[in-house]
Formats: sequence, C-alpha cells, structure tokens
Amino acid sequence: MTTHELNARNLLCPLPVIRTQNKINSLDAGDHLVVYCTDPGALHDIPAWCRVHGHTLVSTTEISDEIVIEIEVVKS
Amino acid sequence: MLATKVIQDQGIHVEGLNFYTGFCVEGHTHAIRKKDKQKEKKNSSLWVAEQLGIKLHIVDISEEYKDIVLNPKHGYGQNLNPCLDCKIDMVARAWKWCQENDFDFVITGEVIGQRPKSQRKETMPLIARESQVQDRLLRPLCAKHLPETLPEREGWVSRDALYDFHGRNRKPQIALAKSLGIDEWSQPAGGCCFLTDESYSKKLQDLWDARGERRYELDDIMLLKVGRHIRPASNYKLIVGREEGENNFMRGYRSQFTYMFATSHSGPLTLIDGTPSDEDLLTAARILARYSQGRNAEQVSIEIVRTHNQPGQVVQVVPMPIEEMPESWIIH
Repeated sequence: MTTHELNARNLLCPLPVIRTQNKINSLDAGDHLVVYCTDPGALHDIPAWCRVHGHTLVSTTEISDEIVIEIEVVKS
Repeated sequence: MLATKVIQDQGIHVEGLNFYTGFCVEGHTHAIRKKDKQKEKKNSSLWVAEQLGIKLHIVDISEEYKDIVLNPKHGYGQNLNPCLDCKIDMVARAWKWCQENDFDFVITGEVIGQRPKSQRKETMPLIARESQVQDRLLRPLCAKHLPETLPEREGWVSRDALYDFHGRNRKPQIALAKSLGIDEWSQPAGGCCFLTDESYSKKLQDLWDARGERRYELDDIMLLKVGRHIRPASNYKLIVGREEGENNFMRGYRSQFTYMFATSHSGPLTLIDGTPSDEDLLTAARILARYSQGRNAEQVSIEIVRTHNQPGQVVQVVPMPIEEMPESWIIH
C-alpha cells in the first residue's frame, strides 16, 4: 500500500473531484490518496464521488480553511 | 435524472457523464461568497448519480471547450451561450466515450420545445447528425415525437415505455418523477451555465474587447465569477472583492496580478488586470479606497504590490467620490 498526495488547493469544485478521479484511476487497489483542498464543496463532493465509485472514505478533516480527505482505492 | 430512471427501469445499465466547461454554475461556486456559506454545497450531478445508484464520470473539457465558445458554428443564444454547438459537442464526446467503454447508445434528457436554442424539433436531428451518434441517440422523454432509434428497433428499449413530452411546461415531467418515487431533483437545465447570464457575458465580452482578441484562460473565466469588475481605461481593470469569501478566493491569485489593499482601514482585496501605468494605479487606489471602510475619510493608505511576496508601495489617496466614477466603468 502506498500513500499518495494531491494538492487541490484553490481549485473550485468540481475540479478537486476531477483531479481526485483522475489520480485514483492511476492508482492500485489498496493505495491511499490524501487530497488537500480549500473549496468547502469538496467536503460533500469527494465523499459522494467515492460512494458512487465504491472507494473507501478513510477520513475528512477540516483544519482552519483547509480540508484534508483520505481515500482508500477500491478496484472492482 | 428522469431520462436515466426511465431507461434504468427497462433493466438497462446506465452510467453518467458530466462535462466540466469552466462555465458551470454550481452551488459551491457561490460558496466562494461567505454569505452563502450556510447553503448546502452539493454537486448536483453527483447527487443525482447517488440517487440513481449509477457511476458518474466527470470530464474536464474546459480547454477544448474554448473552441465552442469562441467559434460557435451555429451562433450564440441571447448572450454568449453557444447552446447548440455545446450540445452537439457534448453528445459527440458522450458517443466517443461509449465506444471506448463498450456502451451501446447515448441518452439525454432533452424535451422538444423545452429550450429555445438547442431543444427544438429542427435541432434534434441536427444534433444526432453533427455529433455523429446518428440513431444511437435516444431521448426517452420525447422519443415518441421522434423517429425510432436503433435501441428501439433492436428491441433493447421498449418504445411503449418511452414518453411524448414537449414544450416548456414541466408538469408532465414532475408528475412522472413523482410516480417513479422521485420527489427531489436538481435545477432544470438552462440555469446551469454562466454563459446564459447577461452580466457574466458582458464581462467576458469586455475581456475580449480589452485584449483586442477573443481568447481566455481558465483563470480569466473563474475570476469573472467573483468581485466587482471596474474598468476605468482599456488597458486595465480592477477586480474588487465584495466580501470575505471572495477576498479569500482572490488571495490565491496574488502571484499572478498586481494587487492592492487598504492598510489604514479595513477593505477589500483588489486585483489589477492588464498593464496599468503608475498613474493608473493611483486611480485604482482611489477607487479601492471608495470601497473600503475609509470611504468617508480624508485620506486612505493603500499598499500596492506589483510582485507578490515583495515589499509593496504605500500611497495616501483621497477616496474617489461616486460622481467621479462613471457608471460605464462598472461592468455588469
């Protein structure tokens, strides 16, 4: 398992979702992706995107104006 | 949402495609503004996908989409909305995606007569033809007004279970939604693109006029969504944050612009787009002072930063009175 990071700060949704989607498509099952973003919409959209694609949402954290979302990649 | 549900109910596997053009109006685009922070911020296409239990693929076409905005073969609608070219392009992309991912046909939620530009009886076959999807484009909500498509002829889809909706009245769709157990839906089409917005289109046209050429970058069109845009002269304009949320968003652009802010009073961040002279920057500082808490003060201190993270120049200016600011400077 490898942990990857994605900087989606200062991007407005849906760009953080698109970047997350494109990054996850290149990862292996079991890998983790940590996404850093600032658009509060990402707090809803990235978990929603994970649910429709079956990836596991590990955690969401808000620190000041920054949102950190960790995802475990699941490949069917 | 309704078209998908109708096709799903025929036992067909459907996946969603959502194209990001850069001009999309989403609930959380407004979330830049602090006053909207309490509003629920959900992406409507993701929300719909979740309700329907389908996968949704969001595709960034913002770069390729420029050609549609700049050179629409079929022209613009009321503002700078190239709706027909946009529809043709998206259907073409959807059909290409189908072919690459082993899907058999494309469905859309179009209804004849619902939209003035792209959903007319004459444009329906044109979209199918120019997108090259031909008879693999099915509009489940108005299929009975249109010739049979390949999925119907092949028996993949039962025409009897499709609909004959037409016109701007959405009551039949609402009734169908309720009968299918859908009691919440996202906003109807047409209100989801900034290019249909008169004020936004004026700002985009101003950008092109000022540059002397019709081109834009993604950052340009994002910044057209925020702030007051004030153009005192053709060589520069101010983007003045309207509240804290916009100021925070605009801070992310400080490395790309000359910017200024009041130091003696609280006030907005202002980005300067273009090639202002030193005199222009003093004019801009006076305008900014007008939008600061020092608008009634004799003098306001403004820091002008030409290069982010480098020391700025502090100037003392008299806030510009309203009578010195022609209405024509404000782009809206």
